[in-house]
Amino acid sequence: MSERQLLVGPFNRVEGDLEIQLDIRDGHVAAARANSPLFRGFEMMLQGKDPRDALTITPRICGICSVSQSAAAAFALADAGGVQMPPQGARAAAILHAVENLADHVTHFNLFFMPDFARPAYAGRAWHAAAVERFTAQQGSAVRRAAEARAQLFHIAGTLGGKWPHTLAIQPGGVTRAPDARDRIRILSVLRGHRRYLEEVLLGGAPEAFAALDDIASLESWEAGDAGLFLRIAADLGLAQAGRGPGRYLSAGAYPLAEGRALAAGVWEDGALSPFDPAQIAEDLSHAWMLGETAHPQAGRTEPDEDMRETAYSWCKAPRLGGRTVEVGALARQIVDGHPLARALAAEGGVRARIAGRLLEIARTQILLEELARDLDPDARFMDPAPTLREGTGTGLLEAARGALGHWLRVENGRIASYQIIAPTTWNFSPRDAAGTPGPVEAALVGAPVGAEEDTPLSVQHIVRSFDPCMVCTVH
Amino acid sequence: MNMLWLQSAGCGGCTMSLLCAEGPNVFELLADAGIETLWHPSLSVETGGEVRRILAAVEAGEIPLDVLCVEGSVVTGPRGTGRYHMLAGTGRPMLDWIGALAPLARDVVAVGSCAAFGGITSAGGNPAGAIGLAYDGKLPGGALPGDFRARSGRPVINIAGCPTHPDWITETLLLLADDRLGAEDLDPLGRPRFFADHLVHHGCTKNEFYEYKASARELSEIGCMMEHLGCVGTQAHGDCNIRPWNGSGSCTRGNYPCINCTAPEFEEPRHPFTETPTIAGIPVGLPSDMPKAWFMALASLSKAATPRRIDTNAHSDRIRIPPGGDTRK
Repeated sequence: MSERQLLVGPFNRVEGDLEIQLDIRDGHVAAARANSPLFRGFEMMLQGKDPRDALTITPRICGICSVSQSAAAAFALADAGGVQMPPQGARAAAILHAVENLADHVTHFNLFFMPDFARPAYAGRAWHAAAVERFTAQQGSAVRRAAEARAQLFHIAGTLGGKWPHTLAIQPGGVTRAPDARDRIRILSVLRGHRRYLEEVLLGGAPEAFAALDDIASLESWEAGDAGLFLRIAADLGLAQAGRGPGRYLSAGAYPLAEGRALAAGVWEDGALSPFDPAQIAEDLSHAWMLGETAHPQAGRTEPDEDMRETAYSWCKAPRLGGRTVEVGALARQIVDGHPLARALAAEGGVRARIAGRLLEIARTQILLEELARDLDPDARFMDPAPTLREGTGTGLLEAARGALGHWLRVENGRIASYQIIAPTTWNFSPRDAAGTPGPVEAALVGAPVGAEEDTPLSVQHIVRSFDPCMVCTVH
Repeated sequence: MNMLWLQSAGCGGCTMSLLCAEGPNVFELLADAGIETLWHPSLSVETGGEVRRILAAVEAGEIPLDVLCVEGSVVTGPRGTGRYHMLAGTGRPMLDWIGALAPLARDVVAVGSCAAFGGITSAGGNPAGAIGLAYDGKLPGGALPGDFRARSGRPVINIAGCPTHPDWITETLLLLADDRLGAEDLDPLGRPRFFADHLVHHGCTKNEFYEYKASARELSEIGCMMEHLGCVGTQAHGDCNIRPWNGSGSCTRGNYPCINCTAPEFEEPRHPFTETPTIAGIPVGLPSDMPKAWFMALASLSKAATPRRIDTNAHSDRIRIPPGGDTRK
């Protein structure tokens, strides 16, 4: 029996800094610890500030899911103040948010995840030459095409939100800028351009056709585009079996509209859907460099352990739902929403399922965005005034690209008295809890094969990146 | 010219903004100018041990370093150790890495207001002890001494902004690669003058409202946001309204105020971001080079002369009365 330890970092092509500590036994990962090595303290910064300042400060937690943070803050403030966006304001906010989520998925697939398959370690595989041509970091033809498609797509954020990232356009009462008929037609034009990119390059077919895949067999028969290339690679490398998650999936529900959320909220486990009860959330601090007791975020606090005690190993708290880990992300969202392909992938739950879930969501988000934009009404109101918030508690729950995001705030005497955030990667990359239960990615890494010569195992990289972690959000 | 990019304590948004570069895309733009990426945390293939070997080779002088780009503030906490950000896999604080690598670089570039001055990461009591590379807020001296000079003799180049415009980064790098960015091309805060010599006010689409002090009273109204809504575009350095963002946008075109994100200490305006503080009804923070009495006199005159069209539109969420659509005063 051989045993060794590996420290993997800096772990790049994830958003932010990440360190993974691995115990290797007989050529496989026996245990993994995920360390989020950066603490900034946004929750502490917000204390004592005017509640409206959360709209300026919280987007800057994260440069890749900035609109998600902004929208969560707006919804938390709206909840605390009893404010609602007018229907068209909610629609415009949903467009801004969906554009970010769609762009994040495109960025992840092309720039973060696929370049690993262009590595020389895979030379000789039937697909390797294609992977090199398409996905060599910074140079591959798909990488460059994706950068262009993404930059074009963000023109919608320029139109509706002034700029991306770090827009201040989403407010509790709606959006600051009322789009006119010209804006609407421009947004639709940009979306048609993005559809062309998906049809010619990423999916290699109509988003409707990809969204119509309804089981694993139909997925495996999709050969077109870079999606097809990924599926061939996944089949060859056994990525369906790699990095299985906890099998419990949470979605907070995405894009609140007047008629309800465009994607449903809920928890999926063992083939059954149950309602998502945010009261069941608690953050465990046993293995985080944080002081205090396990608490629901409405009662939680953030006090870093300056001594960085030996028994902890990450700045990330460990959120649990009813005491248990859950996986969040595009796959979870599509499973909870009831898409048949996603439901079929739920039991598989590994690297291939996560990437396929994201591709599926790319297709569905393109279609959703076209519907949202088509029904924009330039004659409508997009924002109502929100009264000054003096007292109140509020929760903003939504779905960022990487999964469920929650903001919990309390306002006293017109000032923020408490602000707590649980980001998607806080769920997925949480450390162990008091019971010793590893976080989802820590558990998913167990069993991953490690070559004798490897100091940065490829299998570990595929698994970690399949979650699309955003480490700057994780600790915030 | 090679470039090593480190992400310190920030949000990564300046890299995300950089990826929005267009005509051509960022990869072609940099490669065509002969800029080679030694390593970038979001864009390069190398990870883990491969990165540690690159960093070791640079530190040992085996790879001469042309440009060190740092994105994000540098955290000094807890208690001055920098351990709030240990660069993963290295057991060393980022604070330590930057101190070791910066003197080896021909030029050091702070990407974004966090890296330049501390930025948003130093807001609200600065829990992590965030500072910039060469500044701590407005004060010279950050993670590097205030009189730090890179091998070229240039100070830290501060591409301020939260985030930075993609062109501000690419054009700075392209000018460096072409050896066309001298010390005289930087403003007193080390910001490239090609964007910092402009004000956000220049090209602002609300200029007619500004001329008449036809002011929005709440967000969503399209009037000038200076008087009530915290907009400091008349003082903020940046060409945001000359070359727009993400196609055709800017903060003011998005109908929310400029918060002066290219300036040190923008994160603590000492008032809510979207509210203009006033003393006896007069906005604090008038255009920096305009005598106050003149401003007041002009403002009261122009307010009195405001055409009904402009007054009505300023308090609407869209143009209600087009030019020529109403002749009454």
